[in-house]
Amino acid sequence: MSFTQLTELVVLAEGRQLKISDVMLAVEVEEQGCRAEDIQERMAHQFTVMEAAVRRGISEVLPSRGGLIGGDAQRLWSRFQKNGSSLVGAVATSAMAFAMAVSEVNASMGIIVATPTAGAAGILPGVLVALLDTGQYSRAAINQSLLTAAAIGLAIANSSSISGAAGGCQAEVGSATAMTAAAVVELCGGTPQEAVDAVGLALTNSLGLVCDPVAGLVEVPCIYRNGLHAITALAAAECAMAGVHNIIPADEVVGAMYDIGNAMPASLRETGIGGLAGTPTGRRLRREILGGVEQ
Amino acid sequence: MRPNMPRPVKYHSAFDIIGPVMVGPSSSHTAGALRIARMARKLLGQDPTAVVFELMGSFAETYRGHGTDQALTAGILGFATDDSRIPRALDMAKALGISVVFTKVSGALYHPNTVRIKLTDGVDDVDIVGTSLGGGKIELIEIDAFPVHLSGDRPAVVLWHKDRAGFLAAVLAAVANVGVNVGQLSLERSRKDGDALVAIEFDGACTVELLDALDGVHQAVQKIRWIKPV
Repeated sequence: MSFTQLTELVVLAEGRQLKISDVMLAVEVEEQGCRAEDIQERMAHQFTVMEAAVRRGISEVLPSRGGLIGGDAQRLWSRFQKNGSSLVGAVATSAMAFAMAVSEVNASMGIIVATPTAGAAGILPGVLVALLDTGQYSRAAINQSLLTAAAIGLAIANSSSISGAAGGCQAEVGSATAMTAAAVVELCGGTPQEAVDAVGLALTNSLGLVCDPVAGLVEVPCIYRNGLHAITALAAAECAMAGVHNIIPADEVVGAMYDIGNAMPASLRETGIGGLAGTPTGRRLRREILGGVEQ
Repeated sequence: MRPNMPRPVKYHSAFDIIGPVMVGPSSSHTAGALRIARMARKLLGQDPTAVVFELMGSFAETYRGHGTDQALTAGILGFATDDSRIPRALDMAKALGISVVFTKVSGALYHPNTVRIKLTDGVDDVDIVGTSLGGGKIELIEIDAFPVHLSGDRPAVVLWHKDRAGFLAAVLAAVANVGVNVGQLSLERSRKDGDALVAIEFDGACTVELLDALDGVHQAVQKIRWIKPV
């Protein structure tokens, strides 16, 4: 069993009455030559690290490497706790705050799991820990859903890119959003086709996103994009499970992402030159943090 | 090309996507950079006395912001991607008396995240080029100017040797004898009968049997280095 395209994943899963995570597990067993239990145990460990990053980032204010961010996750979380409700709903607000929490841990050179990258490492744990905290999903089911996220990420990485330097932020945050949306669909009992539709919708909403880190730091805008795209992932899952039409097939959206990435100038691909990094404030911050001449 | 035609892919495992567990802030510029440098260290075989990092593309533009300088140095010291000493690696190298230099060079011919690493221990030296593909995934693409394809995900061996008839057959026969499968192989030579380099990646674990199998495999071997997964 193997797959490179999202449509193949759907055919493999639905043809055998399996979930996408089951297909991923079978492929991993075959490819790595190890036992299913070992893979599940290692995946459970990855989630333990992901959850620890969420809990740490939400309870501590961590100094970031460049000093541009810190405390935003806690600001969101405190307001939500104080008011007892939020504008976008408890799960969405938690997911957003948790995603930012992981980004803050990452920017402080703390321990995180790259999902699929460190720059986009907030989205998947943010959403999954928010769902865990609702008490409606078992830890085992959440661990299993990481395999679904992995399957989607593999298909995207091998057909397009998950590197901001190669494909812009769409390749990092876009991919993470798509992976998360699919994991959520599976957790909520949706079909493999709905999961892949969610991938298409999530990526569609991320196309064109450039990688423009201020001063070359993984701080601004990374943290905001992690927080806000956690909500996009939930929204894409909801749309797909409602049957919202995804007119352009997900594999073709991935193809579009690849073409758009190739068309992006280097200044918008993780060089810290264009976009927000090139604004007057972005340039001033770069001078202040990294000094005058070179970087 | 048919869309579903089997082709070589770079990302093979679910843990390429849900992983690595790492010290931030960037999987390509921190974890990936560290892994490239760690492979360079394994090719030298020990602590270097001096190292020069030639940074290209995005690496050159953002290395300080991303902590790439600390990560590359941590890799030279042999640290793992989740080692909490990574943010202090430059100071640690200095304390060990290792000279570390960063320069920016044009990387127009390479992937946007590429670094050339020149290492010496005063006696031996090695010159490698590595690319950070994203999400911590890497590829070593040159060793001493010979093109290679090493992922750092699987055990590998690199043989510096003289171009001789039957060399590759002898190596592969020795490998086959211990029942190990070759996942990736490259062979390049400077000229006929000249210096040559073979790099092989294996499936499965790096066993004592495999190490022994290539010990004294052919008299044309000049140097052999094993690389465990990084």
